[in-house]
Amino acid sequence: MLKLENLTKTYPTGDQALRNVNLEVPAGQVLALIGPSGAGKSTLIRCINRLVEPTAGKVWLGDVELTSLGSGALRRERRRMGMIFQEYALVERLTVMENVLSGRLGYVGFWRSFLRRFPQEDIDEAFRLLDRVGLLDMADKRADELSGGQRQRVGICRALIQDPALLLVDEPTASLDPKTSRQIMRLICELCAERGLAAIINIHDVALAQMFVQRVIGLRFGVIEFDGAPEQLTPDVLTAIYGEEDWEQTIREVDDDDAQDTETGGAAQ
Amino acid sequence: MMAAGGDLDLLIGTRWKKPPFIRRAWLRWLLILGTGAYLVAAVASVEVNWARVYEGLERGAAFVAAFGDPDFTSRWQDIRDGMLESVIMTIASTVAGILISIPIGLGAARNIAPLPVYLVCRGIIAISRALQEIIVAILLVAIFGFGPLAGFLTLSFATIGFLSKLLAEDIESMDRVQAEAIRATGASWLQWVNYGVQPQVMPRLVGLSMYRLDINFRESAILGLVGAGGIGATLNTAFDRYEFDTAAAILILIIGTVMALEYISGIIRAKVQ
Repeated sequence: MLKLENLTKTYPTGDQALRNVNLEVPAGQVLALIGPSGAGKSTLIRCINRLVEPTAGKVWLGDVELTSLGSGALRRERRRMGMIFQEYALVERLTVMENVLSGRLGYVGFWRSFLRRFPQEDIDEAFRLLDRVGLLDMADKRADELSGGQRQRVGICRALIQDPALLLVDEPTASLDPKTSRQIMRLICELCAERGLAAIINIHDVALAQMFVQRVIGLRFGVIEFDGAPEQLTPDVLTAIYGEEDWEQTIREVDDDDAQDTETGGAAQ
Repeated sequence: MMAAGGDLDLLIGTRWKKPPFIRRAWLRWLLILGTGAYLVAAVASVEVNWARVYEGLERGAAFVAAFGDPDFTSRWQDIRDGMLESVIMTIASTVAGILISIPIGLGAARNIAPLPVYLVCRGIIAISRALQEIIVAILLVAIFGFGPLAGFLTLSFATIGFLSKLLAEDIESMDRVQAEAIRATGASWLQWVNYGVQPQVMPRLVGLSMYRLDINFRESAILGLVGAGGIGATLNTAFDRYEFDTAAAILILIIGTVMALEYISGIIRAKVQ
């Protein structure tokens, strides 16, 4: 579904953020991208939807090659790639509803969006999504009135209303407390399963990643060092990705406080 | 920086000072001493004739005393027409100026406009700012004749330089991530500006527009002196006829209007925050 071929990014400063990255993601697969800060995780994600222009290599989304697209075609393809950001990146002075509906900008014309006259099915879908993440009564609040976890849920709605085939998720839990982090990760993974979406999730928290994803990619200095199932992450592998440390404490079997979490996840709002 | 790790032992115990803003010592001292010398010379060159000042104080007092009782009534017709003309000129030129400033401001923000557009828009701003209102007004009065049209055009032109520049600077300092998130949705450029940029700069744009309205009103009083219509023309006539009481009435009206505008702008800016 998504295929990266020899993807390379060299910044004007000479820093090589990505070196010949090859990666294939089948439809519906949720994978975590781990690695130390500066390993190129953010760059990798942004090279896919070309918020950062790759220096060389190809990116295939289905049978469309993205790196050679002109701006109009790129915008059409961006609709198929929802993005979720680290610090939520909501437009703070817009309402929750406007933020969610902004995910439809690629589909509606300028005047419709300017006058906020979105098609009724978009508005219905926005309400359905807000309800799904438990924020229905926040629709007319301004985004800056929300808590961190709530903001990230709005960010998720904004990405999903694009009706994407792929989610690009950049450190979704970096600014959240541990419990909210789990809820957000669970929400993302559940929604991916419900809609059959593939997702690439940049994440620092290895244990959290192990809990939720089907596949883990380890990136170091712009090179893929590890590609496997979450259970295969051993201390040796983590040393290869991050460098020498005592990793025993980090790797935990998925513990079974899941039952309790599901309950709070449902009630959370 | 990189080498410092290896030479840590050498660095321990050495003194540290913040590197000076200007690295080259000779240049730094040249600028410091040069600035000092210039200031001393500048202050020394201002001549004050204290005897003349003493005489002048009396004249000043006579002038102020003439404003002691403002006369609103005997020239009320002229004052009213002048005020009305000024208000119309101010509002029309501010609205026209804002409408033109927005696209130019967008073009003059380096983070959203391509280089050629940026250079053209910055050029327009530079020209508008370089030409002082009075000079523009004299030119436009020469072209369009006496009256408020010249004033309207002058103030619109001045508004463009002011508003575009400050708007562009606000856009340049906006939060990049919010705008990036909108770009990632596949939004077109206009949609991106409308959703990602505009909400961020709106409070500033409204505040600046209100401020410019205020400036344009005050300027309209000055522009009358060179024949560009408005309350300034009435004021000028009053001075020419030595009708200081009427002039006083006009000045009071101008001050009152400016204060009212300031008050209203405060309310509006609090609302849009």
